[in-house]
Amino acid sequence: MSVKTLKIDGKDVAIEEGTTVLQAAREAGVTIPTLCHMEGISDVGACRLCMVEVKGTNKLLPACVTQVAEGMEVETNTAKLQEYRRMTVELLFAEGNHVCSVCVANGNCELQDVAIVVGMDHSRFPYRFPERKVDVSHPQFGIDHNRCILCTRCVRVCDEIEGAHVWDVAQRGAACYIVSGLNQPWGAVDACTSCGKCVDACPTGSIFRKGMTTGEKDRDREKLEFLVNAREKKEWTR
Amino acid sequence: MDKIRFATVWLAGCSGCHMSFLDLDEWLIELAQHVDVVFSPVGSDLKEYPENVDVCLVEGGIANEENLELAHLVRQRTKLVISFGDCAVTANVPAMRNMQGKADGVLKRAYLELADVGQQLPHEPGIVPELLDRVVPLHEVIPVDLFMPGCPPPADRIRAAIEPLLKGEQPRMEGREMIKFG
Repeated sequence: MSVKTLKIDGKDVAIEEGTTVLQAAREAGVTIPTLCHMEGISDVGACRLCMVEVKGTNKLLPACVTQVAEGMEVETNTAKLQEYRRMTVELLFAEGNHVCSVCVANGNCELQDVAIVVGMDHSRFPYRFPERKVDVSHPQFGIDHNRCILCTRCVRVCDEIEGAHVWDVAQRGAACYIVSGLNQPWGAVDACTSCGKCVDACPTGSIFRKGMTTGEKDRDREKLEFLVNAREKKEWTR
Repeated sequence: MDKIRFATVWLAGCSGCHMSFLDLDEWLIELAQHVDVVFSPVGSDLKEYPENVDVCLVEGGIANEENLELAHLVRQRTKLVISFGDCAVTANVPAMRNMQGKADGVLKRAYLELADVGQQLPHEPGIVPELLDRVVPLHEVIPVDLFMPGCPPPADRIRAAIEPLLKGEQPRMEGREMIKFG
């Protein structure tokens, strides 16, 4: 197994070949904000929050899906990146209908958290106010597409950890939305095992347990990591 | 030193931000030493927004013609305009009607489709302000100098934002204590 050496924010890092820049940064104690990344499932580079600058290219690269390379020089927190990150979060808020004050995840929401991290005190982009649906056909859970940021964690956690593959992404561009089954009401999808992993994975209040009201959503995020560790490292307790 | 001419304005919001302002409790007495409250639904009885205001907290988004007119008046007559709370900053709950379409559709839904008795569209020109087609944040209609999110902003946040202004300093609007939405 070969080792790559690189610099992240001026720090020397030596790490296994095949590691992502995001993992390398975390090993080196450098925090890069993320939304679609979740430990235990694959990375897709959907949210664009982890963009970094790499010397030698003008393009910003998503750290979660960029592999380390020998001699790489990575900057994770330049003024340019800070500005783009804030714009990215503003666009996420402007794209959907995120009304924190009446959301189940208020105070326990990763979108709200990154807004604070990037210093967003308002959106410079006009809100779209798209017309989106709410599906509460499942007996235990609901999905409110107004709050969805299309991170696809639910799609991946259901496919890769539960193995049920209930979720997918339909349509293109601004019309994209998460579908259950073959674009059926969630409650009509036989493949759903009602395990609730999508509720735990969802960074916002989009997928929630029924009966919750404002600010009541909690998650058992560690359960997902536990399951992955149980399978891969045979760690059966937590 | 002359007292700071201070105002608060209530546009399309629930008045919760003003309630949170009153939640400043005894610090309001301290504040009163430094400011003249020249216009406020909770601190003054004047009906006309005055000239030469130094600082104005604006609660609520822009939902109707009266909101729009007052917002422009506030901007013309105020040095420092603060978007006060989520409705002013994001349009928040009042803007949830935007998903229903334009003003017509919203009024029909509320006053005809959902009315049990006496279905009738409100129409009193000069008395009831006409709804705008979309509710928008304050900064989409006038330039805003400072943003204070929160639904409502907690009293501590209001104090932390106002206190530096009394000394002619700018507050630092960052971190969970100062800019968390909701």
